[in-house]
Amino acid sequence: MKHTLICLVENKPGVLNRVVSLFRRRNFNMDSLTVGRTHNPDISRITVVMEAEPGDGKKVVMMLYKLIDVIEVQDVTNIPTINRDLALVKVRTPDAYARNAVTDLCYERGARLVDIGPEVTIVELAGAEESVESFVEALHQFEIVEMVRTGRVSMGRGIRTMEQRDYKSTRFAAYAPSVNGGGSAGHDDE
Amino acid sequence: MKLTGAEIVWECLLREGVDLVFGYPGGAILPIYDALTKYPQIRHVLPRHEQGGTHMAEGYARATGKVGVMLATSGPGATNLVTGLANAMMDSSPLVAITGQVPLGAIGSDAFQETDVTGCTLPVTKHNYLVTRTEDIAYTIREAFHIARTGRPGPVLVDIPKDVQNKVIEFHYPEGELRLPGYNVPGKAHPKEIEAALDLIHSAKRPLILAGHGVLMSGAMDEIRSFAEITQTPVALTLLGKGGFPENHPLCVGMMGMHGTAAANQAIQQADLLLAFGMRFDDRVTGNLKTYSPDSKKIHVEIDPSEINKNVKVDVGIVGDLKMVLRQLLPKLQTGQHQEWIGQIRDWEEDTSERDILLRLAAHPDGKLWAAQVIAELFRCTEGKALTVSDVGQHQMLEAQYYPHTRPHSLLTSGGLGTMGFGMPAAIGAKLGRPDEEVWAIVGDGGFQMTLTELGTAMQEHVNINIAIINNSFLGMVRQWQEFFYEERYQSTPLKNPDFVKLAAAYDIPARRVSTKEEIEEAVQWARSIDGPTLIEFVVVQNDIVYPMVPAGADLHAMIRRPKPSESPDFENNPTAI
Ligand SMILES: Cc1ncc(C[n+]2csc(CCOP(=O)(O)OP(=O)(O)O)c2C)c(N)n1
Repeated sequence: MKHTLICLVENKPGVLNRVVSLFRRRNFNMDSLTVGRTHNPDISRITVVMEAEPGDGKKVVMMLYKLIDVIEVQDVTNIPTINRDLALVKVRTPDAYARNAVTDLCYERGARLVDIGPEVTIVELAGAEESVESFVEALHQFEIVEMVRTGRVSMGRGIRTMEQRDYKSTRFAAYAPSVNGGGSAGHDDE
Repeated sequence: MKLTGAEIVWECLLREGVDLVFGYPGGAILPIYDALTKYPQIRHVLPRHEQGGTHMAEGYARATGKVGVMLATSGPGATNLVTGLANAMMDSSPLVAITGQVPLGAIGSDAFQETDVTGCTLPVTKHNYLVTRTEDIAYTIREAFHIARTGRPGPVLVDIPKDVQNKVIEFHYPEGELRLPGYNVPGKAHPKEIEAALDLIHSAKRPLILAGHGVLMSGAMDEIRSFAEITQTPVALTLLGKGGFPENHPLCVGMMGMHGTAAANQAIQQADLLLAFGMRFDDRVTGNLKTYSPDSKKIHVEIDPSEINKNVKVDVGIVGDLKMVLRQLLPKLQTGQHQEWIGQIRDWEEDTSERDILLRLAAHPDGKLWAAQVIAELFRCTEGKALTVSDVGQHQMLEAQYYPHTRPHSLLTSGGLGTMGFGMPAAIGAKLGRPDEEVWAIVGDGGFQMTLTELGTAMQEHVNINIAIINNSFLGMVRQWQEFFYEERYQSTPLKNPDFVKLAAAYDIPARRVSTKEEIEEAVQWARSIDGPTLIEFVVVQNDIVYPMVPAGADLHAMIRRPKPSESPDFENNPTAI
């Protein structure tokens, strides 16, 4: 099954290499990977979509935590999230007829024409992966010259954010199957 | 105070309490070596190969509980560290390696002796750094030591370009909190987890403790002993757990796993509760996971969260420091009685002694020298009080079987990586760290030759270790696999060896050869009486087999065992029949 993981990492050189290398070493296949800044200049955010057995999601989360520069990890596969993928597609539009058809399709799908040239047109769609997929499917009636997709970025719904999760109390919680609640890292209370 | 980056390195090491480092100089680390001249309070030991240096640093670390330090130059110096770092990573040993790097401007240009060291060592270190500013050296070294020794310890590498070592800056030691938002050192368990564990502990009929390296690393020897005695729970040890619980204790069932005692493995398979304390269910101790301890509930106390449920699904997983967690459990424990269970284990142990090679040889001496006899005699002559360092192979497993350990940190061996060549250099490091210990390196003829260059180090530094080479003129453990699983095709395992006694003589190291049981005691006492390194070559039977053996991936209870006399068809003619 596909898992979506979000990691908050320290914004330092080499961090992405550490994360990617972990997937390679443990032989997990990444479908997509995005990295970008957050509103905190010290923290970057990575979204990984990977193919793995159901139990392996947790294993990867725990292994990611072992990386010193990884601050927080969440497997958001089964929680309500907003997911977005962005595609840029260059299609051949040699004449007015093709250009009009592309324009109509974009209008219909909520995509944008971002560059119109004499031979080709570049269109852009950001949306859930399924709508991006079906849009690209529809574009096949034209000749696709070039395409790029960013891969998934995800954000959990509601007020709780990744930064607010108190990692001390939650990061190991899932690891005591017969015990509900409680994590076990650094508890000062008895 | 104005200091060069190189001087700052030593200032920081001093503040970490370092008084001994291992290292090998070269162009890119010369500023650091030059600066060492100003710090005579730090002893520097020069190995003959950087790999040997890392094993020395690890032996030192594991014998003392302190962080071992190894220096190397860029390029080949640094790549020679990789095996030692990987070994320390697998066995969770605290090391800090400092490597010189080509100057910043040359990085990425394929400069002379440039290697991407942080890239090469990424998977074999707990963490690593490339320091690009002299101002960052002190903080980085402080953080490196903290990461190396806390949580699940491990090796950390700091790569410092030559110009960063040379630059002079105003030095302030960075006090205050480390900035490590992604690093968390587990401590106590959550009360709910303690309750859940207690429920299982108090309802168990056939409980068994699996004690691993974590016992030693968290210093939980007393706690585990109290736990076992209060609840009357037998204790099985992993190879690296040896010393965590005294092997002469009535509740100790010995080592588990591939060459563990049959009693320990049978107990694991029949237990109704496994208490895994600071161990990681390595494949060498579990055998086939599908049939592993099928009827037991499992409690796993482990400092590394990624180990819990990694190989074996557990019922209660507690991430924490073992000593702290046991201290939470101890006051709440009810006293237990498991007479029937312990009686059952005794029966298994009796069945084992019937198969024991030493008893058989005592009844039917054959005039040959067997490796097990060497180890058992060594145990007797040293009164079981030596700090032994084994290499990898049959002799390592025989050491584990015939040299029971009763004190913590009295056995050092390469467990997770199984690195041939670890033993002798690690013994040098251990002796330098614990000069009051009697240190024996017990090594095979194969593994010894992987790092025998370190005889030079033992000579130069006058390190008082005794080296026992168990010479079977074979890569014995591989030979054993070939005998069992490859129809006795001994492909590339026989060894033509040098004269080890002459070899030692070339290093001015006193040496002897022993080829009968009767000579062992005298030779061992001779070695003990000499101040400085000694070497004894024990010429042993070639076609020896370490029993019992769980073939890789087989069910843990499906051990290949030495036949009992009553089961051996040709017993009269061949009493030691393999
Ligand atoms: C560096 C390295 N290479 C290869 C091996 C595989 N290996 C495991 S045990 C062994 C044989 C060891 O022979 P020896 O040192 O003579 O010890 P013995 O088994 O005879 O006691 C070999 C080759 C290893 N563990 N480490």
